[in-house]
Amino acid sequence: MSMNPFCEIAVEEALRIKEAGRASEVVVVSMGGEQCVETIRTGLAMGADRGLHVITQDSSSLFPLAVAKLLQALVSSEQPRLLLLGKQAIDDDCNQTGQMVAGLLGWPQATFASKVSISDDKESVCVEREVDGGIETIQLQLPAVVTADLRLNTPRYATLPNIMKAKKKSIQRVTPEELNVVIGSDLEVLEVTEPPKRKAGVMVASVDELLDKLKNEARVF
Amino acid sequence: MRRILAQRRWTPLGKKWLENCRAYSVPASSKVVRDERFATLDDQDIKHFSGIVGSKGLVVDKDELEVANTDWMRKFKGSAQLLLRPQSSNQVAEILKYSSSRRIAVVPQGGNTGLVGGSVPVFDEVIVNLGAMNSIISFDEVSGILICEAGCILETLDKFLADKGFMFPLDLGAKGSCQIGGNVSTNAGGLRLIRYGSLHGNILGLEVVLSDGTILDMLSSLRKDNTGYDLKQLFIGAEGTLGVVTKVAVLTPQKLPSVNVGFLACTDYTSCQKMLLEARKHLGEVLSAFEFIDSFALDMVLKHSGHRHPLPDAKEKFYLLIETTGSNQSHDKEKLDNFVETVLTQGLVVDGTIAQDNTQISNFWHIREGIAEALGKAGAVYKYDLSIPIKDLYNLVEILRERLGGLATVVAYGHLGDGNLHLNISAPDYDEKLIAKIEPFVYEWTAAHKGSVSAEHGLGFMKAHAIHYSRSPETVELMRKMKAMLDPNGILNPYKVIA
Repeated sequence: MSMNPFCEIAVEEALRIKEAGRASEVVVVSMGGEQCVETIRTGLAMGADRGLHVITQDSSSLFPLAVAKLLQALVSSEQPRLLLLGKQAIDDDCNQTGQMVAGLLGWPQATFASKVSISDDKESVCVEREVDGGIETIQLQLPAVVTADLRLNTPRYATLPNIMKAKKKSIQRVTPEELNVVIGSDLEVLEVTEPPKRKAGVMVASVDELLDKLKNEARVF
Repeated sequence: MRRILAQRRWTPLGKKWLENCRAYSVPASSKVVRDERFATLDDQDIKHFSGIVGSKGLVVDKDELEVANTDWMRKFKGSAQLLLRPQSSNQVAEILKYSSSRRIAVVPQGGNTGLVGGSVPVFDEVIVNLGAMNSIISFDEVSGILICEAGCILETLDKFLADKGFMFPLDLGAKGSCQIGGNVSTNAGGLRLIRYGSLHGNILGLEVVLSDGTILDMLSSLRKDNTGYDLKQLFIGAEGTLGVVTKVAVLTPQKLPSVNVGFLACTDYTSCQKMLLEARKHLGEVLSAFEFIDSFALDMVLKHSGHRHPLPDAKEKFYLLIETTGSNQSHDKEKLDNFVETVLTQGLVVDGTIAQDNTQISNFWHIREGIAEALGKAGAVYKYDLSIPIKDLYNLVEILRERLGGLATVVAYGHLGDGNLHLNISAPDYDEKLIAKIEPFVYEWTAAHKGSVSAEHGLGFMKAHAIHYSRSPETVELMRKMKAMLDPNGILNPYKVIA
């Protein structure tokens, strides 16, 4: 199963922070069914140190609030200084998890990051974020939540030596019950409709036929 | 041995090509002359053709003809005054019957993506374009046998099959434009021959129109049929010189879900060869592609395509793209892991990456498939497609590199698993001096190593004179006899294949 592209960018940023000496460990987290293991392995193959898999019956019941509550529980046991997430998932396009978990934790948040710099004393982080009017630069006290946008970086390909090493890295499994989180169905999907199907194009064999169709069918003129 | 009567010479066009990013190769001093036994089109002919294909099947528009007269590499340009777009096999039959009787030369044309000038006229031959005959006739979901018209675009067929859980056993960079009739007539090899075999094996039946208008129905879709001579094999790879393919019956394999692609770096060519051995041993039946790209080719495509280097830290001379396709993801991953561990331990690969998702898979393939286009953008390109014993394959590249020195950049890539080298020489301009250093040296070297001067591209116009480098005189003589028998007036794609 492919890693959500924005999350891939977040993993890459975490690795770069560690390579710059500003972090000691990168832990990748995924939540859902067995397919999550593959995604975690990709993160490990890119260079993360270990993985955490929150196993649920099926991923479709995991809405952003549930994910945020689970992350909150993990944060209290792992005690990370920085939570890096993709700005949104490309399946539901919610763009809520980062903001919600920051609220639950009471941590500062910087979303749509296009540049992240941890301070020398590792007490704060300076983030440039893409907003409608341009780029906003803010400084946050750590620990903080940052969500990654497209232009933050270009994720690395997992190289062979790292792919081999990843097999030996640990993936810890944990259930929502063990984290004391109840996964409620706080959202009910009422309806999903596809946009109206595009009609197939018509090949015309001559300019005359094109003009005829434009005039009489499309009524352009 | 027959004397070479036709010679392709490139006129130096200086920096002019830069403006259009292309150069026309007008045979200013070419020794090919128009065969005056062929008729010149007159109004009667055009009227007759119009009666066959209707007004929408008759093209005399200058701009459309310009495109159809020019090959994909923009190296060969004919001067056809008429293009016909038949909509059925019967129309093709009537066109050929009439053309035979009037001795009008014709060029069968599909997607016009050929690389040896075989799909465009040399002079004023009438172009018969099969593009309007693009129906899928039937598909048997149990046997996987697809029957379609020759004008179907390869990618369209593959997409149709994908919906049904099958795939076309042929894949090449030109898939978005090339038509199956042309693929069959060229006996295209493509990226997955190593797994699915050649069209000679996958094509179960053909409908072909002969030069006298006879519609030869060999469209059986039986897996096995040993009744008499297997004539369809003659037309596969005949490049439109023995008959016009109008319908095709193909055996298509299942589309298997588990695909893995690795992009690996090797220090030297010996390692690449050992990698092929190890891939066959460890990946076995799931190996579906084994391509090599040398560093010059990789630099060229990365420069002109905007793709990023899969292994930015590797500065090696050779890169391999290895693909596996199978029915069971965990089984394939295990095989791949074993393979990777073995080759890493043996030091055969220095670095590499395995695609983690479909986006990365298509990125790696775009790099391999984008080399030809990148070469086109880089300037003038001399293209050679050679079959050479694998152990000797790269020697030619290094010898040529030394021979040409600073005159040009020699770029090599290809289907290493098939022993097929795509040798390309990239220069700022077409240059007499350069071609003199390349030909006939490349052909002679290949012949000396018992190779083929055209592995998969065909002879077309470009190599019509070169057949004797790879075929005995007796074989060529028999080919001439077959051609004379099947096309007594010589109207089908003249000046091509056998000069």
